[in-house]
Amino acid sequence: METAPQFFRHGPGPFARLFVFALLSCLLIIGDTRFKYFPQLRQAIGVVIFPLQKIAYIPANIYDQVEEFIASFNLLEENIKLRQIYLENREQLLKLASLEAENIHLRNLLGAVQQIETKTRTKAVLAKILYTPRDPFNHKITLNKGSQHHIQLGQAVIDDKGIVGQITQLYPWSSEVTLLTDRDHSVPVQVVRNSLRSVVSGTGKNNQLELRYLSVNTDIQQGDQLVTSGIGGVYPPGIPVATVLRIERDPTGDFAQIISTPVAGVDRNRQVLILSLIQPESRDALEMPKIESGKK
Amino acid sequence: MYVPASNWFIAASLVVALILNFLPLQGDILIFRPDFVAIAIAYWNINHPHKMGMGVAFGMGLMMDVGNTGILGQHALAYCVIVYLTLIFGRRLRLFNSMQQAPQIGLILLIMQIVIVLVATSGGSALPDGQYFLAALSGTLLWAPGSYLLSMLLKQKSDPDAL
Repeated sequence: METAPQFFRHGPGPFARLFVFALLSCLLIIGDTRFKYFPQLRQAIGVVIFPLQKIAYIPANIYDQVEEFIASFNLLEENIKLRQIYLENREQLLKLASLEAENIHLRNLLGAVQQIETKTRTKAVLAKILYTPRDPFNHKITLNKGSQHHIQLGQAVIDDKGIVGQITQLYPWSSEVTLLTDRDHSVPVQVVRNSLRSVVSGTGKNNQLELRYLSVNTDIQQGDQLVTSGIGGVYPPGIPVATVLRIERDPTGDFAQIISTPVAGVDRNRQVLILSLIQPESRDALEMPKIESGKK
Repeated sequence: MYVPASNWFIAASLVVALILNFLPLQGDILIFRPDFVAIAIAYWNINHPHKMGMGVAFGMGLMMDVGNTGILGQHALAYCVIVYLTLIFGRRLRLFNSMQQAPQIGLILLIMQIVIVLVATSGGSALPDGQYFLAALSGTLLWAPGSYLLSMLLKQKSDPDAL
């Protein structure tokens, strides 16, 4: 039932109300961007909106099931193909084991230091992408696995080609992944060709990463593969990250401008893997993975 | 004909709009996705002013911010600006039919996007490229069918009471 319109009492005018709410949102914005003040508020709202996100995912779920149903008609063919791929991968894995043994042996012969014990063994959890933001400011995605699924902050997220990003915000049933391309995100990498170590940072643009602070005469070429170096303990070593796209060597500048593109389909995938590193026995749980803060 | 809208109906439409905003779209479709919540807020404030306060818009904005993984307060401010603009121009806008309203709504949606961009750039983000503003265009296109749909649903819902 509609009540009679209030002719005389309207409360504060639109502008006054806008002023109050604008002030409130400015406080929130400053608190959020400068001081990261409101994690609990974010958590609470995240729990409230989760059912809505779940409902919004239903059409995609149906689409997936229909696709699976259609795909089930040529299961046999697919099975044969997959088995072939499995055999090929298997062969390479066997080779890897023997190479590893040989590597250790050669190191022993050389009297070299054993490779630093890093967390190289991983366990993977499959997750679906719940949401990709529309605006280009947020290089983040939401996944359908959260703290209830034993996901932790700082875990690396990969797809079938390489690193996608790392988990930076946890909700009970979902989590946020900061993509490689985010402005505040950096990954320790090394060049496959010559083991040159560096750090690759996001630029805030789609499909663009930057290798900063490498001098003009650095030995790096177009097309070089960058893989994680494992330094920092967040990402396991040896996973592909990016390919060098172009290099601008300005002799008057101090550093070369090196732009690379991520190998992972950062905005093409529906499913990703969340890696959890298995801690080797010998080390303390000191390494708290942390995202680099936004100050520059 | 003016059909009164119940609070439940308004709340339901806002929730549906939020779900539409949360659809897991990717690629080219995502570029054209209008801000359904903004359109719903504009619709209610033009056709039923003072039914949905600025506080509700603020809350919807906060939910959108968390869902969108953005800065807290970004969409909240933008939706409040929409309420303000539609309250001020609402009486003028109601003179037109929905087809004629559409371009003006497009302008309001564009202002909203500019507010969002301003907040993002103040946080240090780079300016987005032009295709970011395509959402205002798709919102404009959606306005006439959207407001027709909402008014039809309203009428259907309140018809048994009227007779």
